[in-house]
Amino acid sequence: MKKLAKQFIFYSVLLGLWALLAKLRVWPPYLFPPPWGVGHALWDGFADHSFWIGIAVTMKRMLIGYSLSVVLGMILGLAVSSNKFLEETLGGLLVSLQSLPSICWIPLAVLWFGLSEKAILFVVLMGSLLSVTIAMEDGRKQMPKIYGMAGRNLGASGFRLFWSVLLPASLPFIVNGMKQGWAFAWRSLIQAEMIFLSLGLGQLLMMGRDLSDMSQVMAVMILIIILGYMVDGLIFRTMERRLQEKYGLTPA
Amino acid sequence: MSTSSQNAYSPAVPVAPRPGARANVFHGKPASSVTMFPRPVPEVVVPKVALDAISLSYRTTSGESLLALDNINLEVRPGEFLCIVGPSGCGKSTLLHLIAGLCPQTSGKILVDGKPVNGPGTDRILIFQELGLFPWLTVGGNVEFGMKMKNLPKAEREERAQYYLRLVHLLNFRDSYIHQLSGGMRQRVALARALATEPDVLLMDEPFAALDAQTRDLLHDELERIWAETNRTIIFVTHNVREAVRLGDRVALMTFRPGRVKQEFSVNLPRPRQMEQPDVARTAGEILGYLREEINKSLEEEYADEKAR
Repeated sequence: MKKLAKQFIFYSVLLGLWALLAKLRVWPPYLFPPPWGVGHALWDGFADHSFWIGIAVTMKRMLIGYSLSVVLGMILGLAVSSNKFLEETLGGLLVSLQSLPSICWIPLAVLWFGLSEKAILFVVLMGSLLSVTIAMEDGRKQMPKIYGMAGRNLGASGFRLFWSVLLPASLPFIVNGMKQGWAFAWRSLIQAEMIFLSLGLGQLLMMGRDLSDMSQVMAVMILIIILGYMVDGLIFRTMERRLQEKYGLTPA
Repeated sequence: MSTSSQNAYSPAVPVAPRPGARANVFHGKPASSVTMFPRPVPEVVVPKVALDAISLSYRTTSGESLLALDNINLEVRPGEFLCIVGPSGCGKSTLLHLIAGLCPQTSGKILVDGKPVNGPGTDRILIFQELGLFPWLTVGGNVEFGMKMKNLPKAEREERAQYYLRLVHLLNFRDSYIHQLSGGMRQRVALARALATEPDVLLMDEPFAALDAQTRDLLHDELERIWAETNRTIIFVTHNVREAVRLGDRVALMTFRPGRVKQEFSVNLPRPRQMEQPDVARTAGEILGYLREEINKSLEEEYADEKAR
């Protein structure tokens, strides 16, 4: 409760400051709209359904691209972490590829797939696949060896060893990888949408720029922040915290 | 280096067999493997565990080959409590891992009931030094794990888990998670988990090293009681000679670089014993003497090597 009160005061002051600056007309309103202008833009956006459509389109792409990258990333991560040869070759390549910002995949995607849905998904996939893979690989390596030994010692082998011991033992690392993957996928998708201009929140943002409508630009930015935070901050962090408590990784 | 083994040490105290112990007479050699008849009278017993010239060498990261275990010969009778003591780094933990079948030896044979070991098996359960309890399972889940792997029906698993949790006085903590327990309680969960698969041989790797003295004494009593009740064969590794004398029917002394069994002592003190007992301390002192001698010898060798360089 105390924390909530602090946050409430903080945001009230922030909004008040914003309103004051806008009221004083330090900058012209078309560059620095007041909070109520942005609020109005938000209202209008939802009223004419353009924001709803944008959110739906973006989330659908996110879901497809992200699920794809999680599944592929886990398979790849498992392969790389369980094979010495792959680890020394492919593993190194993956790490070096991760230094490439995902936006750099856009020219390649456009040439390969055209200005299509596939191209956007490709960019999302490349944006998050690597981080999921690397997190999986790290997880497998960081997972204490003792669990595997204890499992074998108690009669587990093959698939059952994987399913009942290795998988749960690496679950905290997997969730961490999924969280990272989500953050990367989210960024890549918005970036891609801004360039492809095919619906979605990224396009709404660029449309605001094209119309010199700063209120819409800020409204969409707020939407992106809220959506991103809801998934990352609420879903993933809750999952992570629950796991850590159960596994005794944090003093509960 | 002398490896004159079987140098029996017996203090002038009568042997008191533990209640329920099998009356085995052990002649030191396994029965001939070509016996065509069902095993005759139990007078000549196949050792529960026999280590036959076990050696293990491995490559260090710098590429040299290191001999960790050198020609280990040991035989453990059914129902015997054998303690292996030695300085840290002598390979006693590794030896348990070999018996558990978690890694292969370089040469030699490990026989359990006369059959060679190749891989893990639930007839031998190892309690790791770090325990390796599964944090994602409750206490009950941990205890049931081995039975689950054996595909036992749920009802039987629960019943047995209940039995063994009661045996280690943890029945009330069945639904707790591991991190909610104290060190001594975790030890007992590990013990229950190992016992619940009903192994013939229990391998224990310095299980009480990280505990405070009171908890350890308590667990010694419990382990001795459970051993008497369940009639298991126990191979118990420790660096604490007094702990070995307190618990073991027999103490095997290992040396290091490479790991060898230097000497075996049978401990003929009446049970139950206590760590503080004068005769336990005296016996431990004598074994410690051999151990010191060995350590000094290896130190001298090392110094000599340095001088020669």
